[in-house]
Amino acid sequence: MISLLGFMTLTLVAVAAIATVLATNLFVASMWFGIFSLLMASNFFILDAADVALTEAAVGAGVSTVLFMGALALTGEKEAIRAKFSWFPMAVLGVLALALFVATFQQPMLGDPLAPVHQHVAPWYLEQTPLLINIPNVVTAILASFRGYDTLGEVIVIFTAGIGVLSVLSFKPKRRQTISSEALAAKVRGVQHHSILRVVGKLVIPLLMLFALVVQFHGKYTPGGGFSAGALFAAAVMLYGILEGADRSAKAMPEKAMLRLAAVGATLYTGVGLVCLLLGGAFLDYNVLWSDPLIGQYVGILLVEFGVGLTVTTVLILIFNAIANRPTY
Amino acid sequence: MMGMILEWLSWLLLAAGGFFVLVGGVGVMRMPDLYTRIHAASVTETLGTMLILVGLMLHSGLELATFKLLAILVFLLFTGPVSSYALGNTALLGGLKPELGAQDASKEGCEP
Repeated sequence: MISLLGFMTLTLVAVAAIATVLATNLFVASMWFGIFSLLMASNFFILDAADVALTEAAVGAGVSTVLFMGALALTGEKEAIRAKFSWFPMAVLGVLALALFVATFQQPMLGDPLAPVHQHVAPWYLEQTPLLINIPNVVTAILASFRGYDTLGEVIVIFTAGIGVLSVLSFKPKRRQTISSEALAAKVRGVQHHSILRVVGKLVIPLLMLFALVVQFHGKYTPGGGFSAGALFAAAVMLYGILEGADRSAKAMPEKAMLRLAAVGATLYTGVGLVCLLLGGAFLDYNVLWSDPLIGQYVGILLVEFGVGLTVTTVLILIFNAIANRPTY
Repeated sequence: MMGMILEWLSWLLLAAGGFFVLVGGVGVMRMPDLYTRIHAASVTETLGTMLILVGLMLHSGLELATFKLLAILVFLLFTGPVSSYALGNTALLGGLKPELGAQDASKEGCEP
């Protein structure tokens, strides 16, 4: 049953990928991208990876589609057609595809207990999580504690990405702008003429924020954690920006505060690690944070996940506001 | 006895929901233009999903999952029709003419 469902979703994923490549209108292509992500999320869910599915659905299908739309509104929706057909990239792609195709036959079957991934460290994590960390969601335990270094790296990557996008978008060409973002926003004012959308949107936004908080702070028991919670919270703010105008979402979530909070989130994560060092443990060894090592792990994971959530939320909001509020030249 | 009735009822609702999802799918393929297709697709996302979710709620009994399904149902009832409306309205504002409506209008023009 699982393999049948997986076969169906994966076939649809392939269809969506081909449709994405074939679409010449970039709006259509980005919608196909969103469908692709949603199908991947359902595929992850079929494979019982609910944490990844939640993040993929929130980031891939939700946030990144909105960001693509915003970017396309600045650049234009038609794909630049290249007349020249070049053989070299095609050859590289062909060889790569062939290699991947051959590699799929070498892979262990789905759910094979003898597969290397089930033999290496996974059994150790499954056995030791109740003893060392004592939280039901092993994914959170691995993400925030056992492999806390990796997650720290990811948070720094997201923070750096935010800085990179901001520095690219703050570049202003010499030509004088035709219309300022404030004037444009005042002229269009979101989708204000759509009363139904605004009323229902305002009903959804608080629920979305509440759900983000549940995902953030309940991540130890149920699927979730800082990454998906941050994406959900940012999606709520983006919905507000779409409904009420991006200048208002920028006013509600000002750039300066967001930038500082993003830094605070990353610093909180690193700071927990440094406090562990000062208390005589290893970097990000939460056992020393409390007299009882289990409570120490609990506190450490809570703080670290909060740092992750803060950075992800603020960086995504920053990127959305920067793209949506960029004046058109 | 009660359990069996509930189970039958839940399977009935699930089958009906599946039927309406199928109807919606056929409608999306067969209908002539965007507006009628939205109409067909909204059958899937309101009636189809409603029947399936209620069927699942009867199946799971009084548990946490039931309330989660109820929350999903309420959420879909709010967002599904609104997204259909947004799609249709945007298409109309974007200048897409409904095919069937135009034919009817011309007929009315011929036969007053």
